Amino acid sequence: MYESSEIKERKLVIPGDSITLDQNTTVEGLTYLYKLNESTYMATVTALIDVETMENKRRLRVIPLKGRYIPKEGDVVIGTVVDVSLSSWTIDINSPYSAVLYAYDYIGKNFNPTVENIRKYLDVGDVLLAKIAQFERSRGVVLTVQDKGLGKITSGSLVEIEPCKIARVIGKKRSMLNMLMEQTRCEIFVGNNGRILLRCPSLELEYITILAIKKIESEAHTIGLTEKIKDFIIEEKVKRGLIRYEIK
Amino acid sequence: MKLNKIKLIAEDGRRIDGRLPEELRPIKIDIGILKNADGSAIVEYGATKVLAAVYGPREVVPRHEELADRAIIRCRYRMLSFSTQGERKSPAPSRREIELSKVIREALEPAILSNQYPRTAIDIFVEVINADGGTRTAGITAAAVALADAGIPMLDLVVAVAVGKLNGVLVVDLNGLEDMNSEADMPIAIMPSLGKITMLQLNGVLTPEDFRKALLLAINSINKIYELQKEALRRKYLTVEE
Amino acid sequence: MSSTPETFLIPKIKYSAILNVISKGFHVDRRAIMEYRQINITYNVAPNADSSVLLRLGNTQILAGIKLEIGQPFPDSPDEGILIVNAEYIPAASPVYEPGPPDENAIELARIIDRSLRESKAIALDKLSIVSGKKVWSLWLDIYVLDYDGNLIDASMLASMAALATTYIPYYEVDQTTGIVKVDRSRKSMPLPINRYVVTVTISKIGDYMVVDPIGEEEAVASGSITFSISEDNCIVGIQKRGMGVFSIDEIEKVMEIALNKGKEIIELLKKLTMNIK
Repeated sequence: MYESSEIKERKLVIPGDSITLDQNTTVEGLTYLYKLNESTYMATVTALIDVETMENKRRLRVIPLKGRYIPKEGDVVIGTVVDVSLSSWTIDINSPYSAVLYAYDYIGKNFNPTVENIRKYLDVGDVLLAKIAQFERSRGVVLTVQDKGLGKITSGSLVEIEPCKIARVIGKKRSMLNMLMEQTRCEIFVGNNGRILLRCPSLELEYITILAIKKIESEAHTIGLTEKIKDFIIEEKVKRGLIRYEIK
Repeated sequence: MKLNKIKLIAEDGRRIDGRLPEELRPIKIDIGILKNADGSAIVEYGATKVLAAVYGPREVVPRHEELADRAIIRCRYRMLSFSTQGERKSPAPSRREIELSKVIREALEPAILSNQYPRTAIDIFVEVINADGGTRTAGITAAAVALADAGIPMLDLVVAVAVGKLNGVLVVDLNGLEDMNSEADMPIAIMPSLGKITMLQLNGVLTPEDFRKALLLAINSINKIYELQKEALRRKYLTVEE
Repeated sequence: MSSTPETFLIPKIKYSAILNVISKGFHVDRRAIMEYRQINITYNVAPNADSSVLLRLGNTQILAGIKLEIGQPFPDSPDEGILIVNAEYIPAASPVYEPGPPDENAIELARIIDRSLRESKAIALDKLSIVSGKKVWSLWLDIYVLDYDGNLIDASMLASMAALATTYIPYYEVDQTTGIVKVDRSRKSMPLPINRYVVTVTISKIGDYMVVDPIGEEEAVASGSITFSISEDNCIVGIQKRGMGVFSIDEIEKVMEIALNKGKEIIELLKKLTMNIK
């Protein structure tokens, strides 16, 4: 089993539903709750709440079912260049907040804006993999490409899903993502902003991967999803004659 | 004045459409009916049918309208040109529509945690498809679930209903004919879990005692509609799970 | 589209200072929180109008004027006069008002006043018929906000009521054969028939406190307000909640009590101020 088996309870909450917390309960995703008084919180979005119990400790995980991508420092995102200025690029990252990538970050310190046109490095329409270096809601987003594997993307295809479902595509301890890559033999780069880059050995496999990702998106709130998706991929591969049916 | 002579409450206490005074019309709520909008809903109060669509939070265009400390909420209430009985309604915004756009925005805005998204915009479009009384109240009920459908953080849902007075009797959820001939029409919107009133208007005459009774009557009906809203939201997200 | 308004930036210490004064039961200008500012009315400021008043409520100034014209009745009320209310915030009234057609605030203001007068039947429109089914008096009530210092709705309603209560219908004659109506504005025929006085009482919520008649500075920190229209016979003839604030049921009941009490008081005052005006 890829899924955690400690999940005792899963419930759907709607804005205005109240949740009682005691001292033995920890919460992941407190930003989606509103504190009414000492022990009562209210859900602010439509979300699933997973309740895990270990000994006398309770752990709640609030997973919103919909919503725009809100940048977080350290997140990896896939962006598109929408504007170029003298010394920076404006990048659309599928969020209410657009991002900026400074030329010195991409090109290096010795870049001189008076002699060089940065368009020859990145131009409008180019796609890149980057990391959120800074984010402050009232100021905006600053990106960096200073990390392994980041930078301009020149090949592969893009899939877009609801950003809040990205966590399910990755899965607990990357379980879902590892299974997907293993089963489809595609390279998969997941942007936290809902964009996924695929590099697949064949068009058939790419198609199956896209179907699988869309299925994760639409069934994100169900239990035992990794197994279900694995079966789905195997079935699709059999249907397309890529493998013969295996007995599990 | 002479219109008030129309008999709106029969001898047996029933209204022209057979309802009892505290009875709502059949209410239908459908969520997520548009593909492009971030959130959407259609709400029917009897023959009144209102569509609400929500976009956002998104970048503010034009840029100078953005607010440094919270999201700007923009709301437009509109009646489609064929939505009214009788003559076609001109598509130009009427004074009534301009006022109601503001009233609806102010009914919803207290529920939206707009301080979580400074420098963004949340747009709410309320389109009346068919009007038979209670378009603003159905519009608020629809917009609230459309906001929740868009994943916009809210303190609570918002529910609205009208209470009115017909031939001296207090009734809820007036239909078009009742609305036109009522002695009073009082639309009200509440965040039900918090018990906070976000909209209150009165068009007509009420004594202080009537007003108190009308408030209680409204709360009762609002709780019923609140359950329908929650049920509709649950239905949308639980259908895949079987 | 109706958008979240850009509010005046109030320095935080100013906000707490205002709240502090109010918590002690006073307005910033040292009135009790349940007291109105002084009301001052100047009549006949625009002699070409059939009635005109300049109303001052503290520093808030409203100009209201009435023009009577001969018009056609609506088919569903052939013997009733017509009431049309308009309001405009002129750019001179505040640095934030811009020229142009009335915005949502001005439209809302006009519609609150229109509804309060209409629903309460404050004006006896049924006595404004000239030729049954053909000609009636059209009553144009135009409100201009000249200077803003809070509580525009109450001030505008007072100005409107004062203007209406001192309106005279001009002398007119109907030519029985042609049906043409001749109006002689230099002579008066009768006062505009008023059934009952109506005023509005707007209660603003500042922090958790309820106050009446805030000045502009106080209004800027109020989360919201409720306007109750109160008639002479102690009925509620209109309500409008405005702004982003919310009210609990208990608060609404409290607000209603305040409105009924204050309404009565202001109606008496207004009656005194409009008495003996020709």
